[in-house]
Amino acid sequence: MSDSLKKKLKLKVSAINDGTVIDHIPSENLFKVISILGLERVKSQITFGFNFESEKMGSKAIIKVSDVFFEDDEINKISLIARNAKLNIIRDYEVVEKRIVEVPDKVIGIVKCFNPKCITNNEEITTYFNVISKNPLDLKCKYCEKITHEHQMVIK
Amino acid sequence: MKKDLISITDYSKEDYLRILKLAADFEENPNQRLLEGKVVASLFFEPSTRTRLSFETAINRLGGRIVGFSDAGSSSVSKGETLHDTIRMVSNYVDLIVMRHPLEGSARYAAEVADVPVINAGDGANQHPTQTLLDMYSILKTQGRLDNINIFMIGDLKYGRTVHSLLMAMTEFKNPIFNFIAPEELSMPEEYKMFLADKGIRYFEHTEINDNINHADIIYMTRVQKERFMDPIEYEKVKNVYILKNDMLKGTKPNMRILHPLPRINEIHPDVDKNEKAYYFTQARNGVFTRQAIIAHILNLK
Repeated sequence: MSDSLKKKLKLKVSAINDGTVIDHIPSENLFKVISILGLERVKSQITFGFNFESEKMGSKAIIKVSDVFFEDDEINKISLIARNAKLNIIRDYEVVEKRIVEVPDKVIGIVKCFNPKCITNNEEITTYFNVISKNPLDLKCKYCEKITHEHQMVIK
Repeated sequence: MKKDLISITDYSKEDYLRILKLAADFEENPNQRLLEGKVVASLFFEPSTRTRLSFETAINRLGGRIVGFSDAGSSSVSKGETLHDTIRMVSNYVDLIVMRHPLEGSARYAAEVADVPVINAGDGANQHPTQTLLDMYSILKTQGRLDNINIFMIGDLKYGRTVHSLLMAMTEFKNPIFNFIAPEELSMPEEYKMFLADKGIRYFEHTEINDNINHADIIYMTRVQKERFMDPIEYEKVKNVYILKNDMLKGTKPNMRILHPLPRINEIHPDVDKNEKAYYFTQARNGVFTRQAIIAHILNLK
């Protein structure tokens, strides 16, 4: 990325003092990421960037959350819909840590079981899947034992 | 921790062998009042007369008492009660729950909600583990072993939960061979074939019944169900292909036995019934002893 492009990007998204920057989110999944992380309930300042040009992804979204630092368990939930998301942890305007999200071994809640006859689609039950393949993603429902494949995945 | 029986793969080979040994003991001596003073809930959210009578006979022979219902229409479900609430309530009353439910995964969920053990008597198209154990007991009884068995599975191998569970269970034993005979639309799903391939277990696929069955130790017949077909013409094409008739059995091994989870429609011709290789009615009888054994195992009665 050229220096001039970097400057432009800086102009578009203001820097944060302390907090977390989540980068490389597929634009179409920004609102799902917001919902999974419960950002609508966060009281501190949040900046959302949407439809940014990205050499790798075509179009990406970015989220800057002031004063919030995520636990691994929490942030890994977004790996299902933002496979290549990168985290920058900011302290005093400096990036102090970079992390990538990882697909967890178990997915609790978040995803709907694709099987309409599964009990989880018929009663108020938190879904629970064992991840049997990470790429492509295959989730095995603990209840009906059917496998929800990546292309069938619907976020709750 | 309480023991449940939800899915056949929850149990180990040691569990299978212990239950099969107990089943033989109950066959020898069916009336053992080990459940005296205990109450068992028999919750059938969809009707299944055969399975229910088998369980209730097993409970009666063990001297237990039964509460419950035989279809959802006569229970609080018809008033809109959730499975969660029904199970929470019943779990307060009884020592064991036997449950049949049309939704898949309902049994696992019920076991999480209940404080008492749950036996899955069928959850939709998912699991029916007591059927698998009685199938294994029937194989053991007729062949004298569970190792080195050549099983022919015939009919609906795509949706038939009994064949999937039996396949998984038999792979715990030495050197099984599987032969699948099914129309293309109802062939054994890839995931099971991959599972066998990964374990280095031999399997063969055929599309018709001919003298290939002469190698069989066990023929496991299933029903081809009309409702499984998207296109009724496809059903018409295959419905009469897989009918086992007595004259087909001429070249089969003397000790071969035919199993069927029942009910049958037309896939085994009635002229097979008088052949000593027809074992399906005795198989159903074995179900009572096997269910006695499962209850005894789960409640640590023996």
